[in-house]
Amino acid sequence: MTTTKTPAPAKAPAEPPRRRSISEWWNNLSRFQQWIILLPLVALIFALPWLNPPLITTEPGYDFSIAMFDVARYCLIAIGLNVVVGQAGLLDLGYVGFFAIGAYVAALFTSPDSTLWKIPYLAAIPLAMAITMVFGVILGSPTLRLRGDYLAIVTLGFGEMVRLFADNVDALRGNRGFSNIGAPPGTRENGEPLFANFDGKPWYVLCVAVIIVILILAGNLERSRVGRAWVAIRDDEDAAELMGVPTFRFKIWAFVIGAAIGGLSGALYAGQQGFMNNQRFDVLTSVLFLAAVILGGSGNKVGVMLGAFVVAYVPLRFLSIAEWKFMIFGVALTILMIFRPQGLLGARQRLLTYGRQAYQRLVGRGEVVSSDTAMAGGKSLMNGGNGAPK
Amino acid sequence: MISSAQYLAQDSEPWINTDTFINLFWANTIGGLEYGSIYALVALGYTLVYGVLKLLNFAHSEVFIYGAYATWFTFFLLGFRPGPTPELPVGELIAYLVLAVIVAMLVSGTTALVLERVAYRPLRNRGAPRLAFLITAIGASLILQQILFLWRGSNPEQAIRLLRPETLFNVGSASVQNLTVIIVVASVLMWIVADTFVNRTRFGRGIRAVAQDPDTAMLMGVNKERIIMLTFVVGGLLAGAAAVFYMMKIPQGAQYNGGFLLGLKAFAAAVLGGIGNLRGALLGGLLLGIIENHGQALFGGEWRDVVAFVVLVLVLMFRPTGILGESLGKARV
Amino acid sequence: MARARITAALALAATAASLVLGACAPREDAGNNAANQPQSDAPAEPENAHKPEGDGNAKCSNVAIAYAGTINGENAALGQNILNGVKLAVKKHNDANPDCQVELKEYDTEGVPERAPGIVTQMVNDEQIVGVVGLPFSGESKAAGNIFDKGGLPQISPSATNPTLSQNGWKTFFRGLGNDNAQGPAAAKFLTDNLGAEKVCVVQDDSEYGIGLASEVKKALGDKVVCDEKVKTKQKEFSAVVQNIKAAQPDAVYYSGYYQEAAPFAQQLYDAGVETQLVGPDGVKDDEYVKGAGDAAAETFFTCPCVPGEGFTKFAGEYRKMFDKDPGTYSVEGYDAATVLLTGIDAGNTDRKKMLEWIKNYDAQGLSNKLGWDENGELAETPTVWTYKVENGKIVRNVEIK
Repeated sequence: MTTTKTPAPAKAPAEPPRRRSISEWWNNLSRFQQWIILLPLVALIFALPWLNPPLITTEPGYDFSIAMFDVARYCLIAIGLNVVVGQAGLLDLGYVGFFAIGAYVAALFTSPDSTLWKIPYLAAIPLAMAITMVFGVILGSPTLRLRGDYLAIVTLGFGEMVRLFADNVDALRGNRGFSNIGAPPGTRENGEPLFANFDGKPWYVLCVAVIIVILILAGNLERSRVGRAWVAIRDDEDAAELMGVPTFRFKIWAFVIGAAIGGLSGALYAGQQGFMNNQRFDVLTSVLFLAAVILGGSGNKVGVMLGAFVVAYVPLRFLSIAEWKFMIFGVALTILMIFRPQGLLGARQRLLTYGRQAYQRLVGRGEVVSSDTAMAGGKSLMNGGNGAPK
Repeated sequence: MISSAQYLAQDSEPWINTDTFINLFWANTIGGLEYGSIYALVALGYTLVYGVLKLLNFAHSEVFIYGAYATWFTFFLLGFRPGPTPELPVGELIAYLVLAVIVAMLVSGTTALVLERVAYRPLRNRGAPRLAFLITAIGASLILQQILFLWRGSNPEQAIRLLRPETLFNVGSASVQNLTVIIVVASVLMWIVADTFVNRTRFGRGIRAVAQDPDTAMLMGVNKERIIMLTFVVGGLLAGAAAVFYMMKIPQGAQYNGGFLLGLKAFAAAVLGGIGNLRGALLGGLLLGIIENHGQALFGGEWRDVVAFVVLVLVLMFRPTGILGESLGKARV
Repeated sequence: MARARITAALALAATAASLVLGACAPREDAGNNAANQPQSDAPAEPENAHKPEGDGNAKCSNVAIAYAGTINGENAALGQNILNGVKLAVKKHNDANPDCQVELKEYDTEGVPERAPGIVTQMVNDEQIVGVVGLPFSGESKAAGNIFDKGGLPQISPSATNPTLSQNGWKTFFRGLGNDNAQGPAAAKFLTDNLGAEKVCVVQDDSEYGIGLASEVKKALGDKVVCDEKVKTKQKEFSAVVQNIKAAQPDAVYYSGYYQEAAPFAQQLYDAGVETQLVGPDGVKDDEYVKGAGDAAAETFFTCPCVPGEGFTKFAGEYRKMFDKDPGTYSVEGYDAATVLLTGIDAGNTDRKKMLEWIKNYDAQGLSNKLGWDENGELAETPTVWTYKVENGKIVRNVEIK
């Protein structure tokens, strides 16, 4: 469209021109146009469980539609955690806690094993999000004054506490768990429920739809004042504070929004499983979530989904060599970090609300996407990891 | 369903069991000191690496568990087998234990060294961001675990023990056992050696210098890479020693993922005392061990880990850098 | 200067250490002999027990049975025991029946409920599979039982003992052993009658199995329960629990959980000089426990709703030959469950519907139990609960609880 209009004033000479023009063309499109162009891809993604492509399929070994739901669930989790880690730069090692709370709320309000009153599953989802948000505030308000690694430890402790409470408090049924957790309404032709634990397809479609909505919302947030504040906090908290950004408030917001998405994915997880107990809310799971974000590229929404895909898919794909899967996973993590420390896709952020329009009017070309951010840029260990002024 | 309802009805004990707490105060304190001193030694490894690199070395728990395996294999190769504890002459026993300590320290130290060279150094050379180190640490931790898993399977190694605990004397109503005395005294000694090393020797000065300001230290002629390597090795050696004490206390401890929880606690201990601070690691470790035991007496066994984490969060809330504050660099010169 | 100080400190330490170590004298054996009753006679391998090899003339093609459960995940040893039992049965069958080669498919659920639906759905979609041995744990069984039911694929669980599993209306669920309702009261009877315990501590882990069994035991013991401790899976340090038990001075301790935690628990209990009698359930009764618990193992009794296998010399010999180790807990149950399926295939039941009918009408003596099921999938004939003890590093039968 506008690629050939005027030469860019500050064109980086090293960039190959052809690649440049494609990315520029892409950046020049409005998000609406971008989504239209992506439509075939989105359709393909939706159709994956039906296509069940050879090589990609996890069968025989693991039902492919359920595997794809697992992958989608991890993507959703990664997007939520990316708000906290990638955008606001808060290292959260206890994200599984929010995930667990969401799952437990869904179970408590829909499973016949619970003594609470019952509500429909679809009503339990917003409730799960609301309750995890409350927990986000409860955890965030005392701890977000801590910095960096201390925050990581406290969140790690929080995640463990959620798990241990689930273990110890009798109403949460520990290892006995909740059976027959609710699901969205709907029946098949043969009278079986549409949403059930033996078929991942409806759940997958639901989850991907939720992901698209969340992606649009998160994208809007990212290029709003809130998003800019997060990036400022991430890159230099003291400077942000000095410039008048109420850092604490925005950190809480990041935490709460991340928590809500975690709760949402937890509720979806509980619904799909139909049965849930305390067995998968440990630190290792939390670490896997974080690995998804960082592997894909903290701060890059597409990247973290890619990372989530790797983290969720690889173990299911290689079930047949189950003994080796964690080994493969560990080696992959280590090698990837050595050769692409910023993750598979580095952070790229558009920060201005009407950035595209503004850039076109001012310089006649697409928006410059900032790709040097906290991950790729500043605080490496080499040049003074502890050098951040206190 | 019926059974769980009745189970609920039975479980009407008071929330806080102060009687147990008071009656078992000394017993739990002694038990806590014993386990806490193992935490403290492992915590030193976390603290040193964090102090120098600002890195949460997640794989340190694996360095520890390699020491535990080394201990087991030492005993095994010496001809001991699972089963009843043998009665050994004192001299022989000391010789075997010292040998185990040396082997375990070597194995753990080497593991830490390899970890640094293979996993962390390439990242440092590329100027990778800090989060990348965290992920590498997790990846390396998985690899180290899986090596053990693929080699030895998922079951713990069957217990081999050389020293049977015997009561030495009583404190209040609690008995103190020989094993407890050995573990606590040896751990504190190890700590003194480590503290002296960091605070009194030339290498220690290098460590402190790099912790304080890596760039300036390099300008002053400190070989930073060597210091970092040394830091990992010292942490590994201490973890190896801790592993032997751990295996004396819990002979079933050699299991491929057995270091995880202990590593987590040791790490919490390091943060509790003030990470990057050697004294903090000792204090944090001992405190955590004692608090855990008392918490368990007060609230019941299932709350043990919750108590540990609640205390950690509370302390950080009021003293955001731990009880003694973080300062490997600022330690007295 | 500094070096000299370190040397001095080390020398001091060595002196102190020798003093401390020197104080250990051989101690009196703490075990009491109250429970040292004469052994009951071991039941011989039942003469009429069903045999996987059948008559050797079976004909079938393209049929498979499956094992689903933990292979490399949590409590993997338990899963391996079962899988090995199944493998042995399949091997014997295939060796004896050249015209009927049954394939054994293995699925690793890692023992967590999360994995179960995906794997079970996969098995249900695989038309070749006519019957499944699994799932070993109660949690995963709850998570996926409805999928078996929907696919009409019969499952025989060799080890899930939670009583509620048979109450879900699943037509395809069969339990190859007694549930907690059978073992709990029997264990209480053994504690009070055979051991004469007036004060009992019940320790439970946080697994469904541990909690369920402990509540049955406590219900049966009534006010003889003087303390009630909880431990966690993967816990290895029990000093506070041990101190609580020591303070309660019980005559006996019942540990309701698995061997992995039971071994260090037992050792620490005896190291602390608690004079009591430790009893564990079938989850503890494993060679791993005996080797893991060191000195304490010799003082332990086990209860198990399983028949002693010492008489089963043929089975044990074959097992040892194939896997180079002794059969473990639930190996016999796995073998039995597989045999039910294999004899079904030999009888021409090569689709799921016929296989389901075959199992429902099954009535034969297995190695472990009389196999035949009621409408809920529980064993029709309540299995006997035996007790076991450790002698010379081996688990041997003690008495049958009547």
